[in-house]
Amino acid sequence: MKLKGKAWKFGADIDTDAIIPARYLNTSDPVELAKHCMEDSKTPDFMKRMTKGDIIVAEKNFGCGSSREHAPIAIKAAGVSCVVAKTFARIFYRNSFNMGLPIFECPEAVDDIKEGDTLEVDAQSGKIKNTTTGKTYQANAIPPFMQELIAAGGLMEWVKKKVA
Amino acid sequence: MPMTITEKILAAHCGKKEVAPGELINAKVDMVLANDITAPIAIQEFRRAGAKKVFDKNRIALVPDHFTPNKDINSAEQAKLLREFSKEHNLTNYFEVGRMGVEHALLPEQGIVVSGDVVIGADSHTCTYGALGAFATGVGSTDVAAAMITGEIWFKVPESIKFVYYGKLRKWVSGKDMILRTIGDIGVDGALYKAMEFTGETIDRLDMSGRLTMANMAIEAGGKNGIIVPDETTKAYEDDRAKRKPKYYKSDKTAVYVDIREYDCSKLEPQVACPHLPENTKGVSELTNIKIDQSIVGSCTNGRIEDLRIAAKVLKGHKVHPDVRMIVIPATQAIYRQAMKEGLFDIFLDAQAAVSTPTCGPCLGGHMGILAKGEKAIATTNRNFVGRMGHPESEVYLSNPAIAAASAVLGRIGSPEELK
Repeated sequence: MKLKGKAWKFGADIDTDAIIPARYLNTSDPVELAKHCMEDSKTPDFMKRMTKGDIIVAEKNFGCGSSREHAPIAIKAAGVSCVVAKTFARIFYRNSFNMGLPIFECPEAVDDIKEGDTLEVDAQSGKIKNTTTGKTYQANAIPPFMQELIAAGGLMEWVKKKVA
Repeated sequence: MPMTITEKILAAHCGKKEVAPGELINAKVDMVLANDITAPIAIQEFRRAGAKKVFDKNRIALVPDHFTPNKDINSAEQAKLLREFSKEHNLTNYFEVGRMGVEHALLPEQGIVVSGDVVIGADSHTCTYGALGAFATGVGSTDVAAAMITGEIWFKVPESIKFVYYGKLRKWVSGKDMILRTIGDIGVDGALYKAMEFTGETIDRLDMSGRLTMANMAIEAGGKNGIIVPDETTKAYEDDRAKRKPKYYKSDKTAVYVDIREYDCSKLEPQVACPHLPENTKGVSELTNIKIDQSIVGSCTNGRIEDLRIAAKVLKGHKVHPDVRMIVIPATQAIYRQAMKEGLFDIFLDAQAAVSTPTCGPCLGGHMGILAKGEKAIATTNRNFVGRMGHPESEVYLSNPAIAAASAVLGRIGSPEELK
């Protein structure tokens, strides 16, 4: 699967309160949550300006803070096709694989990519192509167990197979 | 093979003699936790998987604490989901308003989590229970849904960092200052994916309240868990409250750590984490004229009786500054009653502070003390991200209870030493 979209750049340590502020967590409806995606970040009007398929590109420790799965849910429901970051905070990383938001670790790509560049990410191989500059990058390999989760269709499908 | 306490607990829970960092394991969980924000998604996933039964009705704790007492209709609907699910599955550990508390204060207090446990919670501050010598870590709602069905969870065994604290703490310096100093040193991702093992003579002398505060904020350094080897202090704490038999593990002397960091605590002054990251720590004496609009004493980090006693000691005989709203939130019903019995409420009320029923409330910008644009708060909570306590243009400074109380009186960030 090829994920294509425009890059939106964010800084280091983007926390889950920036991704989806807690004041909106009185619902778990993905559509409602998506309306406020990245609202407390440096790009509060992200939802007005992004188009479906766009890609979040961030520095280190993306998704730090709360365990709220509402964060990857909001990003996915917003139509963001994937997140590329230097590193991810632990719970966000886990949550993304569990609920099916594609994420990629690739420090070199993050350093090079400029906001507005067009990217093409091969979800299987982790190959990232910046079609604006023509440069390509290889994201860190996805650990075998996470690949198993993806292949199963997320954690719950994996669990269902296991207990069946 | 020598192992750390974290490795030993994980090995014991996956039926292996030993485990090594990087190894992927399936561990049995002793307790699974979720709250009114995270449980609704877990319940939805549980049902979507077609599950009919939870793995053990005694090992799931649902605590509606974030937006309770229900702050609005949507929150009431979410809390109702927990209530109904708990009834449907006859869960032992469901805590209604009036019987509840902030989850991470409540579970250790009630002896629901004990030494040697593996605990997962759909709340990042689940790492608090590491203070008891348990392996406890935050996960997402889907992880909780899976564990409610299977009683198991997958983990990658983390590498451990050893933190060694020595020296006698000065007056008004606490576990909060030790952990803030540590986060300031290693940064908000300084322990990413790793176990943080807190050791040393200063830890040995620290009471359970201070230890719980330290383990609570391991996540603020990106840690997978924070952990302290149980000792006589732990045993005395668990003596009359443990609902299951604790198991005491300790790290082998030759266990492997990826890093060892030492801190001389004898020179440590009270720390304040400035906006907008917990790593932006400064000594309180470096902050000379930061006017505040609100002071909060409470939360899973610092809402225990010991914290309230310190705040009361500072406030006694003083009045909260006319430009400041001070809100004190005992973290559980038991703490609330104890504070009342000890006369602490009289001190808070005489000082013109407000006392609230237990809730996470303002810590995450939920309710009960939200900040307007441009306002500043000092709080004994754990996070000071943009918009954490309200308006995206408000600011939160994190401190211990003594500094939060003194600042409320001074109207600016300051120390109890400055009060006449």
